Amino acid sequence: MKYKLREEIKTTLLIGLTLLVWIPLWMILSGSLMGESEIVQNVGPVFNQSKGMADWTLFPQYLTMRPFVKLLFDSPNFFIMFWNSCIQVIPILIGQLLIATPAAWGFARYEFRGKNILFFLYIILMVLPFQVTMVSSYLVLYRFKLIDTHLSIILPNIFSAFPVFIMTKFFKTIPKSLIEAAKLDGANEGYLFLKVGIPLGKSGIFSALVLGFIEYWNAIEQPITFLVRKKNLWPLSLYISSITTEKIGVAFSASVIILIPTLLIFLYGQKYLEQGIAASGLKE
Amino acid sequence: MLSKLKIKNIHLRYFRYKKNSEFKKALFFLAPSLLGISIFVLIPFVDVIRRSFFDAMNKKYVGLSNYYSILGNEAFIKAVKNTVRFLGTCIPLLLVLTLLLSLLLYKQKKHKEFLKISFLLPMSIPVASVVVLWKLLFHENGLINVLLHHFHISNINFINSGKAFYILVFTYIWKNAGYDMILWLTGLYGIDESYYEAASVDGAGRVAKFYYITLPNLLPTIFMIGVLSFINSFKVFREAYLIAGDYPNNSIYMLQHILNNWFVSLDIQKMSAAAVLTMLVFLILILLFKLLDKTQEE
Repeated sequence: MKYKLREEIKTTLLIGLTLLVWIPLWMILSGSLMGESEIVQNVGPVFNQSKGMADWTLFPQYLTMRPFVKLLFDSPNFFIMFWNSCIQVIPILIGQLLIATPAAWGFARYEFRGKNILFFLYIILMVLPFQVTMVSSYLVLYRFKLIDTHLSIILPNIFSAFPVFIMTKFFKTIPKSLIEAAKLDGANEGYLFLKVGIPLGKSGIFSALVLGFIEYWNAIEQPITFLVRKKNLWPLSLYISSITTEKIGVAFSASVIILIPTLLIFLYGQKYLEQGIAASGLKE
Repeated sequence: MLSKLKIKNIHLRYFRYKKNSEFKKALFFLAPSLLGISIFVLIPFVDVIRRSFFDAMNKKYVGLSNYYSILGNEAFIKAVKNTVRFLGTCIPLLLVLTLLLSLLLYKQKKHKEFLKISFLLPMSIPVASVVVLWKLLFHENGLINVLLHHFHISNINFINSGKAFYILVFTYIWKNAGYDMILWLTGLYGIDESYYEAASVDGAGRVAKFYYITLPNLLPTIFMIGVLSFINSFKVFREAYLIAGDYPNNSIYMLQHILNNWFVSLDIQKMSAAAVLTMLVFLILILLFKLLDKTQEE
């Protein structure tokens, strides 16, 4: 009996804690369904539009989809930035698939001198914050005349060390005996990679993609440094900071639309997300 | 005796041969990645190391003078101090809180999936969406202050005062709790159940079990979680930047801010010297981590 009570208290406590997540989410969602005058009245004081204090209600007084309509049909800028995000994120992920997957296979499958040092180099590159490599990246992009183009965001990220790191951990879990068996059947190295490595390391590849999407959909640092003079190439992650105060009515609906792709990927890829995180913590 | 040595020699030679031939195969898979990393990261970084010893025109060797100039720069020192203070506060706090959370979740039966999803969600909420909400909540005229009025506490300016530091710590924990929770849970599930059973037979209590079984077995994971939390801690710059801009309150003016601002004014030598210094610190830290890890294993 005492045990059961303790369980109940624990469950209640944990569910109470989730409010820290659900309340903010609910606020974003309900804010996006408020009419413009209501939202301006509620959040005006925060965006220096009116005096007094901000206000909020659990539900919108009048439910309306108008902010969404306005955003989708009456804000060309939003559309451009959404498109920019796609143009930048999708090639990065495809490029990583093509470059990082074989590299990870090379690390996981073969023994050679200097491998540990090389892998250590990848770990360091992975750990470094963007600001440390910012100058060097800028200089090389400048030399290739890529500054202020989409490629300045895409190219350096394709060669990120993080997906290599994650996928290596997954490839390493493939049993050696399986690979030896395929080899006895006469499979060559390329065939092994394509027909054994990729199918069995699939969840590693998905994990890297899910974590990668979350990362690049939120890109802030790279666009503000490498696309400094070309604001028309900025991705959606910078939309809200670029809207003017007269347009705060759409800030919440924009938040919701920015949120939808990551939320979908999160819900469908939750398994891979968890596996990816768990793998990142594995020791070699 | 001799023959034994010979055999050993042949073995060694075979092994070397195998390693060499494996190297060629590995290179086939690794080459594109190595080439890209060399062009976009390694070679440019070597160039930056060189630049850190040259003058603004990149012509004259000036020795360590760029280094002296940043180490004598008040803003830089302030930024380093703030960064250290931030990391020293938020990482231990996150580790302890998420360990507690995972211990609660570890044997949870009811709603376990719902709970896990809930705690993981913030990491997928885009920075841009968070920023609007944080303004609404933490602004001087924001909702938290409305709430505080009910308790007769007067307006607090969370964003433009020393309190900004704590908002940033909160944001970091809010975003990363799910990530670390998964890491801890993986570690916890990796502990053999039989240890606990044996301890129970010996009459060990909960606290004793935690102290003598759980903690020592989690130790290898702690290092990795520490490293990953450290990496993620640098990403709070996004929130800080979008909420408070280039020059936020002094308490959250961090290394990332000053590097960004030097970049805007194209102060290449200062940036190069700072990049090299930070790189060195990172290298030492990671090597230390590795060393600790090794001694721990033995």
